[in-house]
Amino acid sequence: MSEPVLKVRSLSRNFGGLRALNDVDLDIMPGEIVALIGPNGAGKTTFFNCVTGIYVPTEGEVTACRPGGQPVRLNGMKPFRITGLGLARTFQNIRLFPSMTVLENVMVGRHCRTHAGILGAIARDSSTRREEQESVDRAYALLDDLHLAAYWNEEASNLPYGAQRRLEIARALATDPFLLLLDEPAAGMNPQETLELKDLVLDLRDRFHLAVLLIEHDMGMVMSLSDRVYVMEYGSRIAAGTPEQVSRNPEVIRAYLGETDHA
Amino acid sequence: MNAVMKTLLRAVMISVWFMALTFPVLSLKVNATKRTVDVLWERAAGMGLAMFALSLLWMWYFRHKERGRGDSGPLASVRAGMGRGWHALLRRLDSLGRRRGVTGLCAGVLLAAAVFLPVAGSMYQTTIFANAFLYVMLALGLNIAVGIAGQLVLGYAAFYAIGAYTYGLLNQYFGLGFWVCLPVGGCLAAVAGLLLGFPVLRLQGDYLAIVTLGFGEIVRLLLNNWMDITGGSQGVANIPRPSLFGITLSSDQSMAYVYYLTLAAMIVTIVVVARIKDSRVGLALRALRDDEIASEAMGIDLRMVKLQAFALGSCWAGFAGVLLAARINFISPPSFTFMESAMILSMVVLGGMGSISGVVVAALVLTLAPEYLRALSAYRMLVFGALMVLMMIFRPQGLIPSRKRIYHPRGVSADGAATSAQGGRA
Repeated sequence: MSEPVLKVRSLSRNFGGLRALNDVDLDIMPGEIVALIGPNGAGKTTFFNCVTGIYVPTEGEVTACRPGGQPVRLNGMKPFRITGLGLARTFQNIRLFPSMTVLENVMVGRHCRTHAGILGAIARDSSTRREEQESVDRAYALLDDLHLAAYWNEEASNLPYGAQRRLEIARALATDPFLLLLDEPAAGMNPQETLELKDLVLDLRDRFHLAVLLIEHDMGMVMSLSDRVYVMEYGSRIAAGTPEQVSRNPEVIRAYLGETDHA
Repeated sequence: MNAVMKTLLRAVMISVWFMALTFPVLSLKVNATKRTVDVLWERAAGMGLAMFALSLLWMWYFRHKERGRGDSGPLASVRAGMGRGWHALLRRLDSLGRRRGVTGLCAGVLLAAAVFLPVAGSMYQTTIFANAFLYVMLALGLNIAVGIAGQLVLGYAAFYAIGAYTYGLLNQYFGLGFWVCLPVGGCLAAVAGLLLGFPVLRLQGDYLAIVTLGFGEIVRLLLNNWMDITGGSQGVANIPRPSLFGITLSSDQSMAYVYYLTLAAMIVTIVVVARIKDSRVGLALRALRDDEIASEAMGIDLRMVKLQAFALGSCWAGFAGVLLAARINFISPPSFTFMESAMILSMVVLGGMGSISGVVVAALVLTLAPEYLRALSAYRMLVFGALMVLMMIFRPQGLIPSRKRIYHPRGVSADGAATSAQGGRA
């Protein structure tokens, strides 16, 4: 059995007296699509932020392992290093670079895989130009994959909402990740777009050999897309398993529907 | 009718307000021989009338602007035509600007004019243009930090002072020449930028502005009060002009020589800043300006990029400072006050944040206009303030908004249509 790409053990995070994450365990195997669900305020985004280095975990262990590589401990690592390792994320409230074009947004994602420095920028020597053209072409190819090629020279802020969400995914993919973390990718999308997004995620997983961790509220999408589901409430993990197991779990039903006496 | 009355009343109030505001400057004159204060009522009245007319024009303009395209006033079609003409002109200029030959030709003509200036023009012209070129360097340097990377630096004159004093003091104490001090001055200013950069890495916006403002004052006060080393407010005098392979130059010749050095330095600055802006580093700087958290999540080392922005921005001020000391031979702390920083910042804002050509034009205008409009020198700040207000209302993006380089994917034409199936899949 291969090493999980992400292994989280008893992860906790306190904000002052508030325990936003309490003893959460989670594993993601290579190629797996795992969903993290739970009511608002359950600590899902805090979990994301701890994994991607925006927050430093109070307790617990976060380790990532590129398939075939050595496990690396992520606790306290800077976000850009974690991205450099191969974990890329999108944001719940879209955070594109609004004044940059669509292509440039994706090119920023190539930053950690390219090397030209100030001297290269001034001299504009052949290796700098080659690297730049490669990152332009790579960015364009990604836009093509995400059906955004027609917009390549538009300003990112002028894109329709659904396209902005896909652009965030394209930008994350530009960093060559092995684990893609999607924070509510279907938020604000209509049912048709959500359906397309589901196919897109499956397609990207196969094409780029990704593991995917997603936070999502759209249950239809979660149940049909994910291999396994983790459920959180008040900062703790209350259930884990396949979509069928989780949807029959009384704890989960209680968390979502409130205390009822139905069987 | 009521609306007309209201408009007129507002115009009257505005003109009265302006009369009161400008009364001490425009209408009071101290007669030193007779020891009396004369009141020039006709000036106040003129001001009032002018403001009345201008405010009517102003309100008329905004009413029409609000009504938008659907308006049908007597002048609407004329104005619409003018608007179209103006936009067409801008588009034409833009497409011309994108053509390499045209841009090259313009640059060549300007360069030729600049090269012949010391030969054809007077000493005075040479001096003011050398000064203007220095400000172009300063404004472009600040443009890296403020315009491209979005880090509001208010104490930029401090780096300018560091460059100037590097040359002044190294020359005074160690007898080092211009050519040694030029790189040293730039490096020291960059180091100062880094030193300032480290503690402010976590600051943004207003907080950063305050800290950099304080830094500017600290440097000036240090230079002013460290009598033993810097000579305090006496400044550093007798700084030599740069040498030219050991040839002794007359005063005019050495002035022209410094002029050419400044011109060359300015051209280098323009080329280097433009190249940095359109590079991987420039892209990271722009990402930093747009969204710090997102850029860090996309694998950009925020700390590194911010320090780069500070160091790259401040080193130009260092070079400019050395050139300044070489030209005016005498430096003292009052040359590096907050006013200086504010002027340079205004050049960046007026020219257009991040825009190279805009900042160059703004720096030239803001340094040359006061020289050629000496008659109006008493009202310089008044005009300057009005200009700033008008710019922010009508053209907040600056004189010439930042023009972006278009990165072209292979096999894709400029209008966005893929011309071949393989869009450059690497």
